[in-house]
Amino acid sequence: MSRPRVEFLWWEQCPSWERALEELRAAMSDAGADPGAIELRRVGSERDAERERFPGSPTIRIDGEDPDPPGAGQPTGLLCRVYRRDDGRASPLPDPDKVRAALGRALVS
Amino acid sequence: MAIEISEHAPGFELPAAGGGREALEGAGAAATVVYWTCNHCPYALAWHERMLDADRDYAARGVRFLAINSNDGERYPADSFEAMVERIESEGEWPHPYLHDPDQAVARAWGAEKTPHVFVLDSELRLRYHGAPDADHEDASHAAAYLRESLDAVLEGREPEPATTPAVGCGIKWR
Repeated sequence: MSRPRVEFLWWEQCPSWERALEELRAAMSDAGADPGAIELRRVGSERDAERERFPGSPTIRIDGEDPDPPGAGQPTGLLCRVYRRDDGRASPLPDPDKVRAALGRALVS
Repeated sequence: MAIEISEHAPGFELPAAGGGREALEGAGAAATVVYWTCNHCPYALAWHERMLDADRDYAARGVRFLAINSNDGERYPADSFEAMVERIESEGEWPHPYLHDPDQAVARAWGAEKTPHVFVLDSELRLRYHGAPDADHEDASHAAAYLRESLDAVLEGREPEPATTPAVGCGIKWR
């Protein structure tokens, strides 16, 4: 089993980050990976957001790839990120199934 | 801090994305729902259809809905008045006006904090409930239950219980 690099980027003024991190930690545990290995990075300024190419909070990257990639119209900066479910619904949380699938792929690659 | 329960809501007259202007006072509604929303916040978008459905379901009982966007449209162009107009045109008619609060004076006067932040007024335009539409933005089956329960109470002459819940969502983007 490989050890993927898992990054969690958040802006504290968007409240969904806590639930998203909780779900990411659970996904890591369920996949047999160490939740303590998640790199937590707070994005606190527009400069940080620009440097990170931050499409909003929360954002997860697994080996540099976004498991639920932003749509074409998603702006970058200090904002709450809009995730779109397959049925079109908006959510402030990444799709947990997509996160788990990406994690599974990274662990076996 | 939001205005107090039983307090008379501050008046306003604001431009609507669909054209014209809308005032709070003078409509003679049995109850009025004023809620803060915007174009770019995932919480506001997640609850959006539930708010429209609540309007459709309560219109026949004399309830009036007004949506307000107070975000700074210069820092967040997705929330400019032009973007509000584009959204209305692309989504089709909402059942209620989508108002622009360009100097944020109405949000400040009401103590609105989040998108969404829902305020329910009685027929005298006194505040009876404010907070979230329901308990979970992720679960559409909640169907804006807090809002609907507060409207039922107001229409039946009862006090909503609870009268407040924490507003959950993106902070209003102040200038």
